[in-house]
Parts: sequence; C-alpha cells; structure tokens
Amino acid sequence: MALMQGQKDAVAARLAGLPAPAASGWLADAQAKAEVLLLAQALPTRRDEYWRYTDPASLVAAEAPPAKRFDPGDEVPAFDGIDRLKLVFVDGVFDPEASDDPTLAGVVIERLADAGRVAGHWAQSLYGVLAARGQTPVARPFATLATSRARDGVVIRVTAKAARPVALVYVHAADTSDAVLHHVVKLEAGAELTLLESGPGAARLTKVMEVEVGEGAAFHHIRVQGRDHDRRAATHVFAHVGAGALFKSFTLTANGRLTRNEAVVDLAGAGARAHLAGAAVGDGAFHHDDTVFITHSAPGCESRQVFKKVLMNGAVGVFQGKILVKPAAQKTDGYQISQSLLLDGDSQFLAKPELEIYADDVKCSHGSTSGAIDETALFYLQSRGVPRPTKPWPKTSAAGRRAGCNAMPRGGEDDRHHRPSGQLEKPPAGPASPPGARGLGTLCLHPASRVPDPDLHRPMAGRGT
Amino acid sequence: MLTISNLHVKLEDEDKVILRGVNLTVGAGEVHAIMGPNGSGKSTLSYVLAGREGYAVTEGSATLEGEELLAMEPEARAAAGLFLAFQYPVEIPGVGNMTFLRTAVNAQKKSRGEPELSAAEFLKLVREKAKTLKIDADMLKRPVNVGFSGGEKKRNEILQMAMLEPRMCILDETDSGLDVDAMKLVAEGVNALRGAGRSFLVITHYQRLLDHIKPDVVHIMAAGQIIRTGGPELALEVEANGYADILAGGN
Ligand SMILES: Nc1ncnc2c1ncn2[C@@H]1O[C@H](COP(=O)(O)OP(=O)(O)OP(=O)(O)O)[C@@H](O)[C@H]1O
Ligand SMILES: [Mg+2]
Repeated sequence: MALMQGQKDAVAARLAGLPAPAASGWLADAQAKAEVLLLAQALPTRRDEYWRYTDPASLVAAEAPPAKRFDPGDEVPAFDGIDRLKLVFVDGVFDPEASDDPTLAGVVIERLADAGRVAGHWAQSLYGVLAARGQTPVARPFATLATSRARDGVVIRVTAKAARPVALVYVHAADTSDAVLHHVVKLEAGAELTLLESGPGAARLTKVMEVEVGEGAAFHHIRVQGRDHDRRAATHVFAHVGAGALFKSFTLTANGRLTRNEAVVDLAGAGARAHLAGAAVGDGAFHHDDTVFITHSAPGCESRQVFKKVLMNGAVGVFQGKILVKPAAQKTDGYQISQSLLLDGDSQFLAKPELEIYADDVKCSHGSTSGAIDETALFYLQSRGVPRPTKPWPKTSAAGRRAGCNAMPRGGEDDRHHRPSGQLEKPPAGPASPPGARGLGTLCLHPASRVPDPDLHRPMAGRGT
Repeated sequence: MLTISNLHVKLEDEDKVILRGVNLTVGAGEVHAIMGPNGSGKSTLSYVLAGREGYAVTEGSATLEGEELLAMEPEARAAAGLFLAFQYPVEIPGVGNMTFLRTAVNAQKKSRGEPELSAAEFLKLVREKAKTLKIDADMLKRPVNVGFSGGEKKRNEILQMAMLEPRMCILDETDSGLDVDAMKLVAEGVNALRGAGRSFLVITHYQRLLDHIKPDVVHIMAAGQIIRTGGPELALEVEANGYADILAGGN
C-alpha cells in the first residue's frame, strides 16, 4: 500500500524528534532494519482498524506532550517490600548509580548496547525478531519504532530459577522526556523468573519487551504503571511460549492520560499456558487501552485474558482482545473476559473481542460487560458502614443510571458468545468475577475504601510509584 | 435505645403513603418483635431507619440513643450502632465476602476513632464467628451473597451482625427461608449477642422464631401503624387466630 506523503512526513518527524541512533554491531543493523520496516508501515491514525477507539495522535507527535510528575506523598513505592534486584531507568536511560549490582544466580543481565557489540550474542536472534513476527497480520508501528530507536534496555538470560525477582524501575524526571526502551528476555528450558516493572518512565514512553519462554520455563510479569496524570505510554510485550511453559502477566494502571498496552503471545509449544490480566482505575482525563492478541499454534494450550476497569468522570477504557486458534491447535482452552464499571454517564468502555478458530476440538469463550453501579448494592454497603465516596460516586437517579448504561455501548454491550458452562468456575489470574457481574467489583481499588485483600497479590494492593 | 415518634413515610416519587404515624420505643437490652400482615409497612420501617433512599419522611422522628437518626447517612447510622439484617440480602458480584466484612468492620472502627483490625486479628475473629454459624470457608471467599441459598444469605447477615457488634439490631424476617437447624443456629447467634444493653427489633411472621428468641414486647403493625402492643402472648394469639380479630378490634 502506497503511503501518503503526510504519513511519511509523520514518521520522519517522529524519528527526528528522537536522538540519532547510537548503537553498534549487530544491534545497529537490527535497528536500521526496523527503521526500514517502520517507513513502510507508517505510524497509525484513527483510521487504522486497531486504533479506532484510541487516538494515536499524541503518540505520533514529534514531541512528547509535557507531563508533570506525580507527587506520591507518603505512598510506599511499588514492590517496596519485596527482596528484588533493582535496575533503574531515568527518562529511559539506565542509571547504574541508582541500580543494584546486576549479579544474580541463574540470571545474566546485560545492558542492551553492550550485548549489541558482541557478535553472535544470544539476543541477536531475538531482538526485533519476536516483535516483527508478532506483526502479522496486524502492524504495530510503535513497537517497530521502539526496536529501531531504543536508546536503552536490558537483555536478560535466565538459565535456572532466578534467586530473586528482577525489578525494572522507570523514573520520570523531565516534563517533556520521550523515552524509548527495548528489552529482551530469554528463559532457557525449565528456568523461572519474576519480572517487576514500575513507574511512568517518562512523559511519553514507547517500549517493547520480547520474551522467549523455553520449554517448561515460567515467566511471571507484574507491572504497576506510573501515577503521573498526564503521562503517555505505548507498551508492547511479545512472547513466544514453548512446550509446557507458563507466561503470566498482570498490569495495574491508575492514572495516565493515555496508555496503550499491547500483548502479543504465541503459544508455540504443546501444553503452553498464557495468563494475562489487567486492572485499571481512571478518573477524568484517562484513556486506557488493552490490546491483546493470543495465538494458539500448538495443541493443548491454555490462554486466559482477564481485564477490568473502573472509570469515572469521563475516563475511557478500551479492550481489544483476540484469540486465534490455528489448525494444529486442537484441545485449545481459551478464555477472555473484559469488564468495566462506569461510575457515571460520562465514562465510556469500548470493547472489541474477537475469536478466530481453525481447529475443531476447541473450548473458547469471550465476554465483555460494562455496567453502572448498582444503587441497592451501594445501600447495602452503606448500611454496613462503608461510606459512599463523595466525589467519584455521585448519587445517580434511575434515569441517570440508565443514561450511564446507554452512553457506553458501541460494542461495549454485553456480548457473550460461545461460553461453555463450567468455564466460569475457574477464572484465571486473580479474583475474577463472572461475566455479567454488575456491582462493586472493584471496591478495594477505590482509594477511600482501599483494603488489602488476603486473596489479592500483595504487591499490587493499590500502591503506585 | 430506639425511639420512633409519629413517623409518617411516603414513597418519594409517588403519592403512596406507607407509614401513618408509627410510635415505638425499644429500651436498652430489650427485644421487641413486630408482626403484621404482608404489605403493612414492616420492611419499609426498617429501611427508613437504616436510611434507604426512595422514601420521604413527612412527619415524625426517630432517635438512636438520643441522636436524630433520620438526618444521618446510612453509614453514619451503622457507625452509631444500627444494624439491619435484610429481608432480601443483596448480592454484590465481584466483592469477596471476606473483603466486604473487613471493609465494613474497619470502616466502622475508623469512623468511631478506634484502631482498625490487622489482617491476622480479623481472620481469627471471622473464622471463629463463621464456625459457630456453620458458614464454611468457601462462603467467605465467594462474592457477597452471590449464589448463596436463601438460608445461607440469612446466616451471612447474622455473621455480619456478629462481626459488627451493633447496639441496635433490626432483623427483618431473618427466619424466613431457614430450615429448622439453621433457625436454631441463627437464634443462638442472636442470643449470644443479647445482653450488654444490646437491643433487638425482630420482624417476623411466625411464633417459632420467638420460641428461640424470647421477646419482651410484641407489636402488631397494620396499614402503616402499630395497632396493638403486648407481651409474648400476643404472638401466640396471632399464631392461633391470625390477624382478623386484632384488625377488627384495634388496640
Ligand atoms: N419502593 C416501593 N415502591 C412501591 N411500593 C412500595 C415500595 N416500598 C414499599 N412499597 C409498598 O409499601 C407497602 C409496605 O411494604 P413493606 O415491604 O414495608 O411491607 P412488609 O410489611 O414488610 O410486608 P411483608 O410481610 O410482605 O414483608 C407495600 O404495599 C409495598 O408494595
Ligand atoms: Mg417485609
């Protein structure tokens, strides 16, 4: 498809806004190759099929729109209580001073640029490769941008069970910082790693993480995106999951002007499992987009997608989730649910769940629901002493509640299909409520009534960065 | 403890009048029962006391230990010691029963300026109380009341009451839907809370609950008014003869 001049100009301007490429060795070649690909792909506009619900303009803009840093007050930093190996990036640049010594039993950690100079380095066969593979049939130009212009990143090779989690901490310092990061993670057969990510990273963050999960290996990813109100982020995880391996990822997002989190997972070996989950709480100028593409390439694999959002004061939530089952992937078990709680009539939830199945012995389900808060449930809570937060939960009349429900559809209505009975009894990651649930599913996420639940993952219990 | 004077209530959005001058005083440590035909306004009275929206108080007042109840938010009434066990407990999908209980207990403690319970203290307490009500661990993990049987919902109400330790407990038909054994469990749960000046207002249609929870005073409500007040024998009279005579004779 021939690109319009305007699209070419937009790519050129975006690239010109970033520091010139400084890599050497194979990395320089890989980045140059990605740049050629980017020029062919162009950056998205709202006309692109997967950008209809999310306006990419501020991600495309040559300069990062300014974003003030969030003042956490006396809030404890995310993952603070966990014994972890910390690697700190400030506005997208590795800060060795602030980071821990990267020696860890069972793990080899290197800076991307250093790995890039070593001919025949293991990362060479993955860098930009998983990302490129994950762009058929849908191009992901911001991933290509990150591959071509990553200023920094880490490459992590895990050969055994990592002694401690590795934590990537993304500090936002300058008001207009524009960070581009690209990490590569490789877990050898049977290896195990927990990777923690926290922080906004910059005023605007463009990021790719490629993960190869070897046979029988387990990768746990837990992420808390920064609290800065005006930050913007386009993040991508590309995972290739081997036989009997496990890939798990959870993201908690509170605040952020624009967040697009893409996850592209290929269940490539028999019996591989992928569990992806996200919780987002948005108040006001908040647009959060989870775009997930899971491919079942091998037989007997299991995938779970559970995404929940609480939206108020005009916040917008988007979920685009796809399960593709290839002909060889018999005995596939795929499940996807996205739910949003709209606390007022101004907020919106837009969902686009997709199933594409080419095998016949398959168990797949998807569902998407959104609802307003239930007044009776609210009264029940109040009658037990739980206060009704004054600002975000306005007292709505029945008419107001109906308006709230009507404001959201455009695909946001309940559209459950192919839901075999028995599926709901085993919700995947974390405490999921059944599809169709309307109510205060996210009670514990509201700051005014936040309560750590023994059943919830401790590190995510409402902390920020 | 609880004093209701000349309480008149209508529906907020309609001209339907439900309570027509209710007078009722429950002293500290007393157990009062309210009986009365369907639709006479018993649940409405309990909802208005608890602060549910949709009702307009056109006249009268209600005080809890001298404090004017009707001006308070529902959560403030709860913190002041009022508890309503619902006739129809509400399902809240997505909120774990345990989370709900802990949120409620700590919210009340907080509003009274008391220290909150730690996770460990809370768990110990809830397990202990759940055990006596034969509520299993699975029910504590599930979303509040979702998929609970009728009897399980009622036992869950009593568990909440036991955890919150209110001063004034209103039980709206807590006995309906309970099997014989569950009724005993619930009655034991209630009796365990008796004493220490705690008061109860028990709404019921049947004498059998009152066999277990002995009332000091029995009221009959009809068409939005208390039309007769007496001792425990009044409940026996209703059980034997129905409401016809009482309705005809008035007080
Ligand atoms: N929100 C409402 N909308 C319409 N009518 C209502 C509402 N609330 C109460 N009513 C009416 O008010 C009257 C009293 O109802 P209420 O539920 O208080 O009766 P009750 O004494 O508790 O009856 P039961 O013994 O059947 O539980 C009924 O006629 C009922 O239909
Ligand atoms: Mg009733």
